[in-house]
Amino acid sequence: MINRRDFLKNAVKGIAGLALPLAAIEIVSPRKLFAAKGETGKESKIRWAFLVDTYKCVGCGLCVKACKLENEVPYDANVTRTWVERYVLTKDGRVFADTPKGARDGFTTSKIDLGEGKFQDIKKDDIQKAFFVPKLCNQCENPPCVQVCPVGATYQAPDGVVLVDRKWCIGCGYCIMACPYGVRFFHPVYKVAEKCNFCYHRITKGLKTACVQACPFGARMIGNIKDPNDPVSRIIRNERVSVLKDEYGTRPQVYYIGISREVI
Amino acid sequence: MKSHVWRPLFVVIGIVLLILIARQFLVPKDFGIHERGYMYGWYKKSNEEYWKTKIAVKYKSAEYCKDCHSDKYAMIMQTPHAIIQCENCHGPAMEHPSDPPKLAIDKSRAQCLRCHYPLPYPTSGRANIRGIDPEKHNPDVECSMCHNPHKPKIGGTK
Repeated sequence: MINRRDFLKNAVKGIAGLALPLAAIEIVSPRKLFAAKGETGKESKIRWAFLVDTYKCVGCGLCVKACKLENEVPYDANVTRTWVERYVLTKDGRVFADTPKGARDGFTTSKIDLGEGKFQDIKKDDIQKAFFVPKLCNQCENPPCVQVCPVGATYQAPDGVVLVDRKWCIGCGYCIMACPYGVRFFHPVYKVAEKCNFCYHRITKGLKTACVQACPFGARMIGNIKDPNDPVSRIIRNERVSVLKDEYGTRPQVYYIGISREVI
Repeated sequence: MKSHVWRPLFVVIGIVLLILIARQFLVPKDFGIHERGYMYGWYKKSNEEYWKTKIAVKYKSAEYCKDCHSDKYAMIMQTPHAIIQCENCHGPAMEHPSDPPKLAIDKSRAQCLRCHYPLPYPTSGRANIRGIDPEKHNPDVECSMCHNPHKPKIGGTK
């Protein structure tokens, strides 16, 4: 038979025992800590999105040159934040694609780079269709690179741009493997993961990205998808646009006009 | 229960407490996650500021050039080359004219061939640009020997 004194003692102990792990969870939950600072819950009025019109792109590669110089990506290293791919589809159903040096120097030959020093020239009459596709970070709504980062060094800013903390990144390379679009690479100087961030230092000052500004043909556009009057947002809503690898569920925010299913 | 059961438990609790205390010092104050949780919600406010402020804007656009170089600007604006930014050939302005005082101009044939190498690709804008065969059309000579890129017609004033 339990007496009153023991019952109260045990009750207090039990409650304290239950409360302790709960309190510990409170302490380790960064979400709670962050909310206490009043940083969450404020939704950004900006969601950056990109639009590429492949009909307009001529493959001059001036965007790639501008990007590398603007963002201090080593010019001669074979890494780049953005690149342009050439697709040549022949009448007998073959698909050729290349991007020599990421098209930093454009496409100044009709020979397709097959890799390993091999090139193939395709006769004009054999071409069914051929076009250029600029690629860059898709700033996914569900970014797999953020998901796999073991140290939380890469994150999505409230305006949707995925950034890398160069101090916090340990250079493990998980994110480089996780990105379905292959936009991430290892920075040869900083020795951390590097990626296109829509020229965050420019767009947050009201400027266009370096690649958008450099493009003579208006093939690249950047805008705020949350603003209904933004030209890019209008086109995405009113015209037929597509995204890359939709089936991955990453919800990419780089939209394309005029790509066909061969583009991967 | 015997103490040999409790003792390792106390050690474990001690380790957990140590980790929690160490965490308080090691994790930056502005590091946390959004409502989206641990999968996509990581966030670090101060690093956002790094990307916003610590990277210099190098490409300034033709708007930056046109006041001092108004003659060149006015000239190119009347040609099909009006769509090309000054900095695409002259290099990023950065803090020009203070730094660098002179920009290195890319006059190479390769620069012109970016657009003017003929690639008759249907459904691509490239097919509409007039091109030359670089192996036959005056090889080894800079294009600007005959063509003024600011007024790209033979005989245009230099």
